[in-house]
Amino acid sequence: MPDVTFTVDGKKLTAPAGTLLIDACRKAGIEIPAFCYYPGLSLQAACRMCVVRQEKVPKLQTACTTTVAEGQVFITESPEIAQARKATIELLLGNHPLDCPVCDAGGECELQDMTFKYGAGESHYVEVKHHRDEQQWSPAVFYDRPRCILCYRCIRMCGEGMDVWALGIHNRGANSVIVPNDHQQLDCEQCGMCIDVCPVGALTSGSYRYKTRPWEMSHVSTVCTHCADGCKVTLGVRSTNDGAEIVRADNRDKSGINNDFLCAKGRFGFDFVESPDRLTQPLVRNAAGKLEPATWEHALRVAAAKLKEIRDARGGAAIGVIGSDRTTNEENYLLQKFARTVLQTNNIDHERTTDYAAFAHALAGTAGKTASLRDISSACAILLVGGNPTEEHPLLAWLLRTNVRLNRARLYIANSKPIKLDRQAKATQELPPDGFKSLAAFLDQGTSDFSKSLQAEESLVVLFGEEFRGEAVENLVAWGLKRGNVRFAYLGDHSNSRGAADMGLFPDLLPGYVPIEAPGAFAEYPNRPAAPGKTLPQMLEAASNGELGALLVVGANPVSRAKLDHAALKNTFIIVQDLFLTETAALADVVLPAASLYEKSGTVTNTYGDIQMVRKAADRAGVKPDFEILVRLAGAMGVDVSTLVPFGKRGTTGDLGQSRGAQAGEADRHAVWLEANNLEPKLSPFDPLALLDEIERLVPGYTLDRINLFAGNDVHTKLEATPGFVPVQALSNPDLIVPAHDTLFTSGTLGQYSTALKQLTQHQAKELAETAAD
Amino acid sequence: MPRLVSHPDEIKLVSRRFGMGATNIDRYLELGGYEAVKKCLAQGPEWIVEEMKASGLRGRGGAGFSAGMKWSFVPKQSAKPKYILVNGDESEPGTCKDHLIFLHDPHAVIEGTIIAGLAVGAKMGFIYLRGEYRYLLEIMERAVADAYDRGYLGKNIFGSGNEFQIITQTGAGAYEVGEESALMESLEGKRGVPRIKPPFPAVVGLYGGPTVINNAETIATVPQVITMGAQAYAALGTPRNGGTRLFCISGHVERPGVYELPMGYNLKKMIYEVAGGIRGGRKLKAVVPGGSSTPVLLPEEIDIGMDFDQVGKAGSMLGSGGVVVIDDQTCIVEFALRTISFYAHESCGWCIPCREGTDWLKKSLTRFHAGFGTDADIGNMQYLAENMLGRTFCPLGDAAAMPTIAFLKKFRKEFEDHLNGTPCPFAREGVPQLTVV
Repeated sequence: MPDVTFTVDGKKLTAPAGTLLIDACRKAGIEIPAFCYYPGLSLQAACRMCVVRQEKVPKLQTACTTTVAEGQVFITESPEIAQARKATIELLLGNHPLDCPVCDAGGECELQDMTFKYGAGESHYVEVKHHRDEQQWSPAVFYDRPRCILCYRCIRMCGEGMDVWALGIHNRGANSVIVPNDHQQLDCEQCGMCIDVCPVGALTSGSYRYKTRPWEMSHVSTVCTHCADGCKVTLGVRSTNDGAEIVRADNRDKSGINNDFLCAKGRFGFDFVESPDRLTQPLVRNAAGKLEPATWEHALRVAAAKLKEIRDARGGAAIGVIGSDRTTNEENYLLQKFARTVLQTNNIDHERTTDYAAFAHALAGTAGKTASLRDISSACAILLVGGNPTEEHPLLAWLLRTNVRLNRARLYIANSKPIKLDRQAKATQELPPDGFKSLAAFLDQGTSDFSKSLQAEESLVVLFGEEFRGEAVENLVAWGLKRGNVRFAYLGDHSNSRGAADMGLFPDLLPGYVPIEAPGAFAEYPNRPAAPGKTLPQMLEAASNGELGALLVVGANPVSRAKLDHAALKNTFIIVQDLFLTETAALADVVLPAASLYEKSGTVTNTYGDIQMVRKAADRAGVKPDFEILVRLAGAMGVDVSTLVPFGKRGTTGDLGQSRGAQAGEADRHAVWLEANNLEPKLSPFDPLALLDEIERLVPGYTLDRINLFAGNDVHTKLEATPGFVPVQALSNPDLIVPAHDTLFTSGTLGQYSTALKQLTQHQAKELAETAAD
Repeated sequence: MPRLVSHPDEIKLVSRRFGMGATNIDRYLELGGYEAVKKCLAQGPEWIVEEMKASGLRGRGGAGFSAGMKWSFVPKQSAKPKYILVNGDESEPGTCKDHLIFLHDPHAVIEGTIIAGLAVGAKMGFIYLRGEYRYLLEIMERAVADAYDRGYLGKNIFGSGNEFQIITQTGAGAYEVGEESALMESLEGKRGVPRIKPPFPAVVGLYGGPTVINNAETIATVPQVITMGAQAYAALGTPRNGGTRLFCISGHVERPGVYELPMGYNLKKMIYEVAGGIRGGRKLKAVVPGGSSTPVLLPEEIDIGMDFDQVGKAGSMLGSGGVVVIDDQTCIVEFALRTISFYAHESCGWCIPCREGTDWLKKSLTRFHAGFGTDADIGNMQYLAENMLGRTFCPLGDAAAMPTIAFLKKFRKEFEDHLNGTPCPFAREGVPQLTVV
């Protein structure tokens, strides 16, 4: 649309013709109040708050439905307009319970703000207010009808945004009420978006309600720890006797690619942090064979002594290291560096849920062929093969829906089962369960309407799930590359499994998928062993056979998924760093209580390759971040830790203002600038960002746009494996890939410790049973 | 069956077949039925639209928009199907004319719908009756079935090669769906709430297609206009207000009923001569000239011609033709309460000023009429109504605010008489007090 010029409050503004006046004004910094208007959702014009005066038009007009045209003249603030808005607020307050002192939204309520601005300080009414008792619709959602102003945001968010359509209206006129789909219960995805968009305290969250006053919280902007989409999340944090607790998670500042979207896990599943099962003291197995609490010094000394003893006596090959899909990039990088340079072993792996190595191999020698979430959210055409994003990648599903709805993107889905996103698809293609391997050949035949439409697309983003491993990934990528103008994303599990792979938690690949045998690779690593090590199953097998002297497990629970004779592991000295006494930790000789992702700083990379900052929000006495634990372990082994972590004057600091008490989710701008310009001296070897320089320098694809990263934005990394690289074992066995198959309410081991997620699972199981009974 | 009335001043066009058994298709044909549509088939769409424009026929639903103009807004070419929608959701208190048309002359509605379809190039028409007219649906459906049997509806109407289908539908009992866009929502099976305009129905209407929505009386008038010719029709009324219309005279008159009178007919004459004057020789207190949403007129204001322009000049509206006559033994506060109770009950709840405003007006008036009003109430009610006026999503809010403002302004003394615990001055033996639920 061509630009037009119009006048608002005497100012000349320019915007494309047809832009909504309310949007054009907001862009120009002119705030027009509105309850029902919500960007991206259908228009209502129901609240009548955004009324403005348009020249030559007799009645006041709603700015949310007025489109701008050349030469129009508007007034957005005048006594007449202020009176109209005030009268509307008076009407709302007439039936409102005015229970602000106990309302969750008190202090962050749009009705309060508007009343403050337009001053509806006096009530004209003496009659009894309408009252209805509060209802609990699910463990996550409560509805307080008297507070509701009927802006219908929740209904539209649920229907248009989530494609769930679980909310509607009953009755009419002043008796109108919002109702859930299953009598008085909500049968839905429990995302809590309805609560999020509610401008008042009508919809409240089961986990947050009556817990705190909003102004008692600090807000920390970090990244969700659950799935591999990496939503930005703002954690509301409050001090406690033994640290700081998280009381709420949302993303109201709309930062990040997820804007205000969060799923049930991101919004409610943070409570695993507060689980009573949390380990807060190191445990060491005593002479009687029982785990007993110990001091950090003691536990680290025992672990370090054993690792040193085995390395020196039997060589590094007798030690195995298993890393995590949830720890930060810095921690994963440090772990493999520690394994290779200190423990002298290449026996390092992680619980692979996705075949990123095959993906890297398939893309070797190309550039710019990976799709970031931002690419996906603006792509014209998308091919989704395998997977079920609604369950496993809620943000991706949200972005696909939004892209189809608002930008008319064309979504093609090929899958072996129907999925919810089929409803947004332009075309779908059913595949036999084993049809993924031969998908490329099928698409090439071009006889079906599906492949014909695909071929007609000028550009394409290809998203594929864990059904693709090894050769299937190679085939699909080769098909796409041949087709041209294509980008790919591989849908994995867990918040940093991509980071674990990128940081080289492989027995045969160094960070950035550099083959361990590549000449000159990582030359600055002192004395790293040259031969590839063992994969995770091989390590467990060796341990069962008594061939492995020690096993260091960081944030992983391999015992839970492997068929193992626990007794056979008795000759292996097991050290576990974890939040909980997992099945693996229960077998350990030393258990070191680790901090969760919400209790540390660093970076994580989502499955699309977008790297983001993680900032410390909560705190828990007794636990330590895995980064610090590794540095201390190395120190206790007598290593000069500055060889592992360049600190002091040799590096930069990156605590991003936490030491200065940066508040409200904002990065400390001064720190960001110093950081970006490499000016601030590093003080601590426990600062994970001390390693960021080294990661940028040594890991292919991790050349970062730092200013954007530190400002809290997502930065796309590049998957740039050397052409012709030959992985030794990583590619050879697709059976190494064990997908998590998480649902909307499960999150691997972590999710088992979330009360909120467990309640939601039970609620949904009940709903499902009732539906089946009907 | 309701009693039919008549008066020598009437010019019976729309009502000419009332009481003559025209629900029977053969009888309708005997009475000259389906001749207009044949004329239209011969003359073509442009001619029909021009005739309608020249006839000065203005919408009988209440807004009074020129029917011919409305039809001319429909785009000639459209990717989506075009529709004719007959608004038979007659719900305005005081209005009962469409009811008689459906009851006595259903084929006139069908014939008018076909003509409208020919004019704009639509192949499908919907006749939508209010939910409470469910008993009329049978008559309408019988008539539609007969028209199909005779080949007047279907793939090849009157052997002309033109297609036209009609579907009948009732609402579920909501005044709001009388508003054209809410009617479309309702017809599509959704909640009856109005749509944002623009786009207007002529461009994006039912199921997204260009749609002509006309009141049932307007549509039933169309065959008459075609038969007698636009000029002759227009000449019956006043300038810019062509023809006749059905006036529904109710309230305290000797001979209430529906009379077809030329546009511009004097209101005073209508009350005192046509309807036989005030019942029991009492005195006139007030007149609501065009359905309950129109501002009330005082006895000294009624010497006016009943057309859209003259009533507008007098500070009210011709509206839907529902003339409600109020005698001097009626309590205006009670009348206002009755009126606002209706709108509070019928507000769809979509927008804040109407949803909350009608509710508070009803609450305040209930208390006020019961004798518990305060000095501040009169001002508060006026403030509330004035702040609803022109601020609501659709005209329902105005429909509630306008009469309230007029009652408060023109009968302030009567409101003041209810103050200070005084019982309603009109309360008397044998007249039950209004209780509003």
